[in-house]
Amino acid sequence: MSTVSTVGESAPRARTTPTNDDFGGRSGGRAFKDQLARILMWGAFLIALIPLVWILGSTLLKGGHMLLEADWWGKSQAGITARREGGGAVHAIQGTLIQALVTALISVPIGVLTAVYLVEYGRGRLARVVSFMVDILTGIPSIVAGLFIYAVWVTTFGFQRLPIAVCFALTMLMIPTVVRSTEEMLKLVPNELREASYALGVPKWKTIMKIVIPTSFSGIVTGILLGLARVMGETAPLLILAPYTKVIATDLFGGLMGTLPTMINQDRDQTLQPALDRVWGAALTLILIIFLLNILGRLIGRFSKVKS
Amino acid sequence: MAKRIDVKDLDIYYGDFKAVEGVSLTVEPRSVTAFIGPSGCGKSTVLRTLNRMHEVIPGGRVEGKVALDDQDLYASSMDPVAVRRTVGMVFQRPNPFPTMSIRDNVAAGLKLNGVKNKKRLDEVVEASLKGANLWNEVKDRLDKPGAGLSGGQQQRLCIARAIAVEPQVLLMDEPCSALDPISTLAIEDLINDLKSQYTIVIVTHNMQQAARVSDQTAFFNLKATGQPGRLVEVDDTQRIFSNPSEKATEDYISGRFG
Repeated sequence: MSTVSTVGESAPRARTTPTNDDFGGRSGGRAFKDQLARILMWGAFLIALIPLVWILGSTLLKGGHMLLEADWWGKSQAGITARREGGGAVHAIQGTLIQALVTALISVPIGVLTAVYLVEYGRGRLARVVSFMVDILTGIPSIVAGLFIYAVWVTTFGFQRLPIAVCFALTMLMIPTVVRSTEEMLKLVPNELREASYALGVPKWKTIMKIVIPTSFSGIVTGILLGLARVMGETAPLLILAPYTKVIATDLFGGLMGTLPTMINQDRDQTLQPALDRVWGAALTLILIIFLLNILGRLIGRFSKVKS
Repeated sequence: MAKRIDVKDLDIYYGDFKAVEGVSLTVEPRSVTAFIGPSGCGKSTVLRTLNRMHEVIPGGRVEGKVALDDQDLYASSMDPVAVRRTVGMVFQRPNPFPTMSIRDNVAAGLKLNGVKNKKRLDEVVEASLKGANLWNEVKDRLDKPGAGLSGGQQQRLCIARAIAVEPQVLLMDEPCSALDPISTLAIEDLINDLKSQYTIVIVTHNMQQAARVSDQTAFFNLKATGQPGRLVEVDDTQRIFSNPSEKATEDYISGRFG
């Protein structure tokens, strides 16, 4: 009698299959804690979600129909009273966009250059002081920024309240966010890339311009757009420095200028339906613009120059 | 085009900490010198003083003399940027510029220093990639990102990038430590080819590699823990590996310590 054995077939051996018991099993206590943590986290997430969904839902319900009217995107509130329907938000949209653009034009160079200084050059006391100042600026409430500019612009220099002064106040709020986000992005650039560039005989300033900033470019832009989205919703400096107007006003040195936050504020204590509709419409428009900016920020993040 | 390196009584500091003490050695043109020794003994630190990369680290400074064909690299009139154009460097981990294509990576040194002539750049890119034994593998995809290559290819890309600026000396800081044996062999072959044109100094943890590629070997060691590193012995590679004059070298090479 012969046994034919093939490869892979071995003589039967006494084998013990490992069971859970061999590893001590999964303790009931640990499973319970796992479940508890899971429920807590999901619970916290859902609770955090409630106000967001609520705000979005009610603004959409109450203001959504305003955005569907062609006039909303084509007309201002000129000659429209709280009692009357009609008119649009063009004056406010334009005002918000103009102020945001000018604010960005001032804040971005200052903020990005400060971050470059802090990350690439800053050593010793000056860098620590600058970094500390940026921290303090980050915590300034917007109304303080508004009042500070008022104190300088109107009280000290005796100028009129002007929309450009709003831009200065918003700049104070935007610079620290740009500095901090740019700083984080620059720190993410590996030091090896800087050294590789130095080792090719490329001067430091050129290394920063051509290697460090391009590598972190998308992150910097995303940070700027998110910072911009934040200052667009600021209201206090607008109330203090540039009173609302219902007509189209695009001159930053012209005195009055309508913006979405001040348009909301204008009619918020009205009881008449047409005015209330406009308040909700303006709120939804503001949310929409900020939402679009956020999407744009993410998209730019995706189309990064860093290839792999 | 290759130049001789003379190091004399070199002390290297990180802030107040003296990391390396009293190094003196000569590297002949068109030769390969290997730096070996245990971790933390200052091999890479010494290497980085040869193109003034040491001072990029905050607090980094040196005392003593490093000369390239009798030109003092640390003379006050010497521009560190110019030194680094003359003495190229390849790093431990391949570090191609992530925003650039293969072509732009190789041309980076020239482009960033203001060379715009496209024909010249193309010629340099081709010559450098051929010089780095990479041309055949990438010639059809020069516009693809450099970071998409394999580790060994990336390291050869970095070598191509370093030789594109036509340095006199090429420093390599453990260029194969992140690579597999096949890529390592490719780099070692390349070092043998490059030797005919460049003065090469290579830091390596792999003693077989030092024995294979170098003409001269320098053994570094710490005096004692917490003490500065020092050059124990420098001699022909053959001699260092067969009959070193210092016992410490023999112990290290035969694996009795380190």
